[in-house]
Amino acid sequence: MTREELKENIIQYRPNAVFDETGEWLNVFIETADWKSFAQWLRNDVLQMDYLFCLTCIDWSQTAAGKTVLTMVYHFTSTTFRQALVVKVKLDRNNPEIATVSDIWRTAEFHEREVFDLFGVRFLHHPDLRRLVLTDDFDGHPLRKDFEDPVNMIKL
Amino acid sequence: MYRETQIINDAATLPSAEGELVINVGPQHPATHGVLHLVITLQGETIQKVEPHLGYIHRSIEKMCESLSYRQFIYVTSRMDYLSAHINNHGCVLCVEKGLQLEIPPRAQVIRVLMDELTRIASHELWWGAMAMDLGAFTPFFYAFRERETINDIMEETCGTRLTMNYMVPGGVMYDLHPNFQKRVKDFIQLFNNKIDEYDDLVTGNIIFQNRTKGVGVLSKEDAISFGCTGPVGRASGVHCDIRKLYPYEVYDNLSFDEIVETAGDSYARYLVRIKELRQSIRIIEQLIDNIPEGDFQAKTKAVLKLPRGEFYSRVETARGELGVFIVSEGATTPYRIKFRSPGFSNLSALDHMSRGSKIGDLMAIMGTLDLVIPDIDR
Repeated sequence: MTREELKENIIQYRPNAVFDETGEWLNVFIETADWKSFAQWLRNDVLQMDYLFCLTCIDWSQTAAGKTVLTMVYHFTSTTFRQALVVKVKLDRNNPEIATVSDIWRTAEFHEREVFDLFGVRFLHHPDLRRLVLTDDFDGHPLRKDFEDPVNMIKL
Repeated sequence: MYRETQIINDAATLPSAEGELVINVGPQHPATHGVLHLVITLQGETIQKVEPHLGYIHRSIEKMCESLSYRQFIYVTSRMDYLSAHINNHGCVLCVEKGLQLEIPPRAQVIRVLMDELTRIASHELWWGAMAMDLGAFTPFFYAFRERETINDIMEETCGTRLTMNYMVPGGVMYDLHPNFQKRVKDFIQLFNNKIDEYDDLVTGNIIFQNRTKGVGVLSKEDAISFGCTGPVGRASGVHCDIRKLYPYEVYDNLSFDEIVETAGDSYARYLVRIKELRQSIRIIEQLIDNIPEGDFQAKTKAVLKLPRGEFYSRVETARGELGVFIVSEGATTPYRIKFRSPGFSNLSALDHMSRGSKIGDLMAIMGTLDLVIPDIDR
């Protein structure tokens, strides 16, 4: 499957999808409310995106563009078609909530816990949403840009 | 109160099923090879649930990298998967070079691949020794370390260090090869070819070892993909996931070697994949060691590197699987956000699924073949 075919397929399913083709792979932006149904379509329909190889979040608060934006970034590839796709979902930084996909791709369970821990994104209907690497009583979310720790952080 | 004590106390007070028992393995258990903490729920001797507790060696490397320049952050990544430090560095320099659109001299490419494969052998050797030790055989550990020492000596001569080499820089490698390098690597290959047969005689064909690993911790192909298992763990379940074959980098597309894929998906299959990969790594080194091109070992780069605005992703095959490096650049001298998709993290997430229903003694056989390196998981 080529990149154009991939794009065609997504347009057929979501005619108003927004694309970004500047990077190495095709990027597509999805609304938070549409995310769960889109994820199910990605996994089970023509694209067969069965391998979620990277799941992370970006805090844009230090840039001019996105003072109140967190972006979830999902990297998918299909073991049948070998075509990669990047899906991005913009979240409100003050109240970040998104549906979990851990029931579709099992690897998301740990990755989402990590993002919850370090960015404070709440994943709705996640089976076990607890902090992963930090202690349960830890205050704050370290990978957010405004996180300050006067003891352990050294400014270079 | 210690977290471990808390868990035991909670288990005692909360209502649980008849005969259910909660125990802690780790964070200082010798078989976890680092500070991994597992909370295991048992019914008699059968495992009901395994819950990994991470973070004992979390250093927030991703946050650290945000304040380090594109030359500096590479050295921190040696401390993630310290057994394949070279390959971690390789993933990072590939990502920076992708952003800068740098051409790498052929000599540097070959040196990088040679070092990667030597690292892979060293890592698999340590795993082989430690795995056999987990199952109660002590001698293999000394055998493995004897040969691994030779690789460390070769590394020390060229890179200056034995474990965290920091040899790769954007544009090539830091120094040229030591004059003794070729001869010592050839000596090593000659020595090692006989030793692998010895390993096979000692452990692979051992009936006690086979009984303890065959049919233990079975992971199906679909589950392996769903859990994101890569490297020998994924390939033992029949997933074609060798990045060197799928998305070749450096000179891998010109080399002849086999991607080892087994279909059984049990601990023994994972063991076989790694042992066979040792031979493939030797094959790669044999093809390259007499054909190192002359020329520069480093491309000319600016003193201060600035990546253009954008997102860059690179992946390499470490000894444990697919390492992804995701850099978000805002055009500054430091990365805006960096994410390491570490292979061990995804492989560990399958542990609960694999070990449910097996006996507690088998847990060591399963964990041993997952080849976990905890700093790689916690980062």
